[in-house]
Amino acid sequence: MSKTVTFMIDGVEIQGCPGQTIMEAADEAGIYIPRLCSRNGLAPYGACRVCTVIANGRPQAACTQPIMPGMVVENDTEEILRLRRDLIEMLFVEGNHFCMFCEKSGNCELQALAYRFGITAPKHPYLFPKRDLDASHPDILIDHDRCILCARCIRASRDLDGKNVFQFVGRGPHRKVAVNAEANLRDTDIDVTDEAVSVCPVGAILKKRVGYAVPIGRRDYDHKPIGSDIEARQAAGSE
Amino acid sequence: MNETLGITEALEVAIKEICEACGNDRTRMVDIVRAVQDRFGCVPSQAMDLIAREVGTHRVEVESVVSFYAFLSKTPKGKIVIRLCNGIIDKMHGCRRVANAFSAALGINFGQTTPDGAISLEYTPCIGMCDQAPAALVNDVVVTHLSSDSAWEITRNLKKHLDPRRLVHNLGGGNNAHELVQAMVANNIRKVGPVILAEMSPGEAIGKAVAMSPAEVIRYVKTARLRGRGGAGFPTGMKWEFTRAAPGEERYVLCNADEGEPGTFKDRVILTERPDLLFEGMAIAGYAIGSSKGVVYLRGEYAYLRRFLEHVLAEHRSKGLLGDNVCGKQGFNFDIRIQMGAGSYICGEETALISSCEGLRGDPKNRPPFPARKGYLGMPTTVNNVETFCCVARILEKGPGWFAQFGSKGSPGTKLLSVAGDCMSPGVYELPFGIQLREVLRLAGAADAIAVQVGGPSGQMVAPGEFHRTICYDDLATGGSIMVFGPDRHVLAVAAEFMDFFIEESCGYCTPCRVGNVLLKQRLEQIIQGKGEPADLDYLQQLGETVKTTSRCGLGQTSPNPILSTLKNFRPAYEALVTEQEEAFQPSFDVQAALSESREITGRRSVLFDA
Repeated sequence: MSKTVTFMIDGVEIQGCPGQTIMEAADEAGIYIPRLCSRNGLAPYGACRVCTVIANGRPQAACTQPIMPGMVVENDTEEILRLRRDLIEMLFVEGNHFCMFCEKSGNCELQALAYRFGITAPKHPYLFPKRDLDASHPDILIDHDRCILCARCIRASRDLDGKNVFQFVGRGPHRKVAVNAEANLRDTDIDVTDEAVSVCPVGAILKKRVGYAVPIGRRDYDHKPIGSDIEARQAAGSE
Repeated sequence: MNETLGITEALEVAIKEICEACGNDRTRMVDIVRAVQDRFGCVPSQAMDLIAREVGTHRVEVESVVSFYAFLSKTPKGKIVIRLCNGIIDKMHGCRRVANAFSAALGINFGQTTPDGAISLEYTPCIGMCDQAPAALVNDVVVTHLSSDSAWEITRNLKKHLDPRRLVHNLGGGNNAHELVQAMVANNIRKVGPVILAEMSPGEAIGKAVAMSPAEVIRYVKTARLRGRGGAGFPTGMKWEFTRAAPGEERYVLCNADEGEPGTFKDRVILTERPDLLFEGMAIAGYAIGSSKGVVYLRGEYAYLRRFLEHVLAEHRSKGLLGDNVCGKQGFNFDIRIQMGAGSYICGEETALISSCEGLRGDPKNRPPFPARKGYLGMPTTVNNVETFCCVARILEKGPGWFAQFGSKGSPGTKLLSVAGDCMSPGVYELPFGIQLREVLRLAGAADAIAVQVGGPSGQMVAPGEFHRTICYDDLATGGSIMVFGPDRHVLAVAAEFMDFFIEESCGYCTPCRVGNVLLKQRLEQIIQGKGEPADLDYLQQLGETVKTTSRCGLGQTSPNPILSTLKNFRPAYEALVTEQEEAFQPSFDVQAALSESREITGRRSVLFDA
């Protein structure tokens, strides 16, 4: 599709295709908008709100808001960065995240975002919830302590694997990911090769027996902050 | 063994029957699980498997729905469930004494069921009876003006006959005494206005509508400058125009009768006394947007009105006001069904209401697309408030000019206000928009109010210095809830109650509402307990703004209002409680509390922290 929609992000003119979301158009233009629940290949969900931007004066999730001709988007402002920092911190204190011994450390998108935002310790108090662990499956582990309720596994299982292994149950602070069985992941038809297993941004869904496979120094975010790949597009484009 | 088999078979048969009655249609999931809950006192694990099989979905999808709604449960509840309303107004009127009496009389705590499986005791947020608080639901039956004596008596009688209907002695006025309602609920209509509560002549409004073209009907509503009565105030005519213009094989008219904003009960009175006006308004909407199907989403708490409303619908059908060729207009077919809710405040948010009607958990949907383009079942849909439809009917009956003569310039018409709390005459007042809050308080006999919550918890707390402000969309907007607080009340304690409500009723979809409100409440509680410092006020302000700005739907965007509005209007109440700490470092971590569990498990004391 041709790029016929012209709009602005932080004063820079961007061309996007009709029907694209702000995030999609920004990605192509090499402008990184931080995100957690959003992932290429999955339907936009709008749950984490980390991608909040101000579009034409109104706060919107960049992952769900379509672009419009002449739209003015604020992305990298002090106020928006504060909001995002608040949201990232909320996700940390809401669960029990033990970065120092988590298998996902270095490849974790939540941890990487915290580093990118310079968060060393959250200003909110930890909530220390009591959450379950499901190790019933021979190849896959679910640790709800580390779940950020992004619904990636739910969407991937439904839309990519065609299985519906996961869905949310409960509401409010009691909302959690449940499996399509009485209680245990073992009793579902999930397979370790399913997309649902590999899309988790944090260490909530893990493949067993592959922890710490990549040495420190070669993990995804050891050298470059999260979003660098997208920002590299802009650098490449401007050369 | 045989017994287990017997139960399994009975369950299988019943679930087949229930699902079939709903056409094995998974979009009717809320009806299906409600029916199973009614029949078996819960929706057990096995039932979820069976339902999933019958309607062709996944078990976890069924569990997702069951776990969302407060009136549904995976584990067995008693044959009778007593749900005592513990909203702020009920608490002000002795809810705690009533709770203690129920607990003592039944020998159980809240959240428990008597050992014989007969009676469960629970709390529930606002049930729309603030004008006759404390109140409770005993299954579908409403009991009002409770005291510890009546709690004992109710328990005694229930133990005897296990029939909630026999608890009702004195019937309320008007249609509350109708043979299909038989409720002790009082209407408490204090002020009858010309638009909603005045007498009506059935069929006149819809008759006039079908004599015009749909575009003319919309123009009428636009000329009257009618705005949505739910609180947000979106122009109704514009909403209809969008819906009519959107492409779709079918269009839907949804009525939001999920009156859940604490402190409001005016829709209860409309549904009891003016359902004709409502149904005509919906039919007019159907004609205007080109729809043949309407749905009334009735909150689970108002289930006691259902049979009566079905009866009124049947009357409308027999009079030709619903059904095929409405009012003799060839080709205009319109009918209405009632969709019951199941205990969820968020379902009053229009996209969550649509989710619920579609048999899903009540998570709001992403916008765009807006319901006018893609709503119920993916079709163009208009969702309007009960009172809005009533205004529509009256505008058609009497003309837009007549309607616009009432109220103020930006807010034409009248508004039903539900006034409750510390006042002499709690009840429903139909008053013109633009009226001063002070005047409302005078009418209700609330001379010594120290604070008034306008628009429910999601609205704002107004201080006496602001009582000259006016009820209208441009000043004090409200869906109708007016809660009055007298000199003995502590506004921060009220704000804390409201935060608890939002935490309980959040769907949990997005981060700020799910987590932020818990953090806000926690910090507010610290301040109330005298453990706060001045910097905490900035913390509340900033965090409140984050939640307001980044939340996904109207619930989250307004959920910090109890704190933000009291910070603004009642700052001295906060400042009196916070003290500058001598030491800059404030321990936010309570080591003694953290150790208590390990002390219990190990049976030892801490070497470091216990003397």
